[in-house]
Amino acid sequence: MSSKKDQTFPMNAWYVAAWDAEVSRKLLARTICEKDLVLYRKLDGTAAALADACWHRLVPLSAGRLEGDELVCGYHGLRFNTSGRCTHMPSQETINPSACVKSYPVVERHRFVWIWPGDPAQADPALVPDLGWFEDPDWAGDGRMTEVRADYRLVIDNLMDLTHETYVHASTIGNEALAEAPFKPSYGAKTASITRWVLDGEPPPFWAAQLDKPGLVDRWQYIHFLAPSIVVLDVGVAPAGSGAPQGDRSQGVSMWVIHVPTPSRLDTCYYFWCHLRNYRQHDQGLTRRIMDAAGGILREDEDVIEAQQRAMERNPGRDFNNLNIDAGSLWARNRIQALIDAEAPALLKVVGI
Amino acid sequence: MRNLDQWYEATLTSSVQITPTVRQFTIDCPQIATSAPGSHINVRVYIDGRPDHRSYSVVGHPSEGGVIIAVKYLPQSRGGSAYMWSLAAGARIWLTPPASDFELSFNSAEYLLLAGGIGITPVIRMAETLMSQGKPVRLLYAARSRDELAYAGRLQEALAHRLEVFVADEERFIDLAQAINSLAPAGELYMCGPLGLMEAVRAIWTASTRDISRLHYETFGSSGRHPAKAFSVQISNLGIEVQIPQDRSLLDALSDAGVQVLSDCRRGECGLCALEVVAMEGEVDHRDVFFSPEQHRETRFICACVSRMAQGRLVIETAYEGDPVLRTLP
Repeated sequence: MSSKKDQTFPMNAWYVAAWDAEVSRKLLARTICEKDLVLYRKLDGTAAALADACWHRLVPLSAGRLEGDELVCGYHGLRFNTSGRCTHMPSQETINPSACVKSYPVVERHRFVWIWPGDPAQADPALVPDLGWFEDPDWAGDGRMTEVRADYRLVIDNLMDLTHETYVHASTIGNEALAEAPFKPSYGAKTASITRWVLDGEPPPFWAAQLDKPGLVDRWQYIHFLAPSIVVLDVGVAPAGSGAPQGDRSQGVSMWVIHVPTPSRLDTCYYFWCHLRNYRQHDQGLTRRIMDAAGGILREDEDVIEAQQRAMERNPGRDFNNLNIDAGSLWARNRIQALIDAEAPALLKVVGI
Repeated sequence: MRNLDQWYEATLTSSVQITPTVRQFTIDCPQIATSAPGSHINVRVYIDGRPDHRSYSVVGHPSEGGVIIAVKYLPQSRGGSAYMWSLAAGARIWLTPPASDFELSFNSAEYLLLAGGIGITPVIRMAETLMSQGKPVRLLYAARSRDELAYAGRLQEALAHRLEVFVADEERFIDLAQAINSLAPAGELYMCGPLGLMEAVRAIWTASTRDISRLHYETFGSSGRHPAKAFSVQISNLGIEVQIPQDRSLLDALSDAGVQVLSDCRRGECGLCALEVVAMEGEVDHRDVFFSPEQHRETRFICACVSRMAQGRLVIETAYEGDPVLRTLP
């Protein structure tokens, strides 16, 4: 058990484990918050998650197979039902009463399959963050998942300071004006936010194509971190002077960009992302083109973040120097730490210390 | 990138008064053998029983087996010097390995060193090192009175005519513009001293065609234009008022009161602890180097880690806005 200081994520939270379409009758192995899981769909279509290690000799159950709703270990054929209880053992008439694997609370909502790695008694489905844009007919789009070899907090840092767009994404969404525009950080109990407007500026190439109107634009970025691992971006552009800063975005184009870096191990994460737009919602070719463009942009982020993780590992005694622009990421890390600190005693109870 | 804090337990072997307001401390810490000129250590201090730390420049290593620092007693400060002065030989002391944010380059054509008062401490070993390497160096050292010129003898021996002292009591002041103008265009300036001195030098330097990267300075944010005194602040978005004692920083007093404020460097350099000023009557004693002189005049923000009210009334706002509503349901 790592010390409280080394803990980088709270355990008592809903984490996105997979896109809805990733979970099927084929067994899916995922490691969420250092817990190895196997995910699958039951015959009734609902998702289930069990610990991915057979009670008998720890072989990953994800290497076995499904029979009905039961998982059959690929080594000696032990079977486990969806609550993790063993229902069959080879060459014996009885079943060892203590034989079970841990089952994890699962909720499927807003196109994601969420799991709760901590104390199951606290796994209230009402605590799943509201990403209701996915069900809202005004918003259309799709996304993907990329495995990133980095601490999930580096992905959050990257999103909470979008001045990096100027340097990392110069050919698509970044420009000089963005890096120099003033920003305002704020925080709440479980959130941290950064607000930035670039008024009367040249639109970067990606946004110019989305807006498809000539002239300068007012550009907004409202970045919201929802502890412990979601960042939603309310971003867009409107023709300069068309009233967007005053609240009228009708002449512009808006996106909600959903970023979910779920901690896998301490130094890796699953990066789920999705771009939802409020224009040309029926144009499925556009959905694909935005997803492909975003994939390229995200690849640039991943390169930087993975290089940063490697550099951190090569400099174990060293820490970041933070700048004023890091206020958003520091508030976000601060909110994460508050959740970790709050659950420390309960966590000790769970692991039996 | 910087070093993570690592603390060594050590013993204070001697404490000697070297001027009316400066004591020299020799610390036996076998883990620390050497340090770069200009580097400092952090020492754990206790203010009203609460642990805190202060940074002190390393002025020497006795026979490579210890650490020597010098501490000026500042009665109207936050209490670090009073704690240090209370220690007697044999005391246990906790310190970090030397670190340098004030590194000496060795490839400059010419060096001008400027020190004011206790600001001499990081400069001493820079001067000695440059002399021993035969570099063209000039040290201008100012103090209030002649008996406050700590280490004058040691410097005189190392630098001879390359040392010039300026004693305010004797009406001798550094002509900063002249000193800077006579430095070779590619020369470097290293300085440490009171905020006023450093600001004056920065102003002259930026007004010239000299590259700002050749101006090096170090600040621990402990000096301002006014003595530290108690004051109170209203926090408009939280609807509370907080008293700031004379020996606590605004940042520490706010965090004692449960007010959440970001911070990192805690010496007025990074700007993370800047708080929005909603209303102000009187005068803010800005002690940071994050904001420009123009921004200090405007006083739209105050750096909570070092800056204080000199007099008057202050209303600020923190970043707390509560959790936003992101989706408006139809």
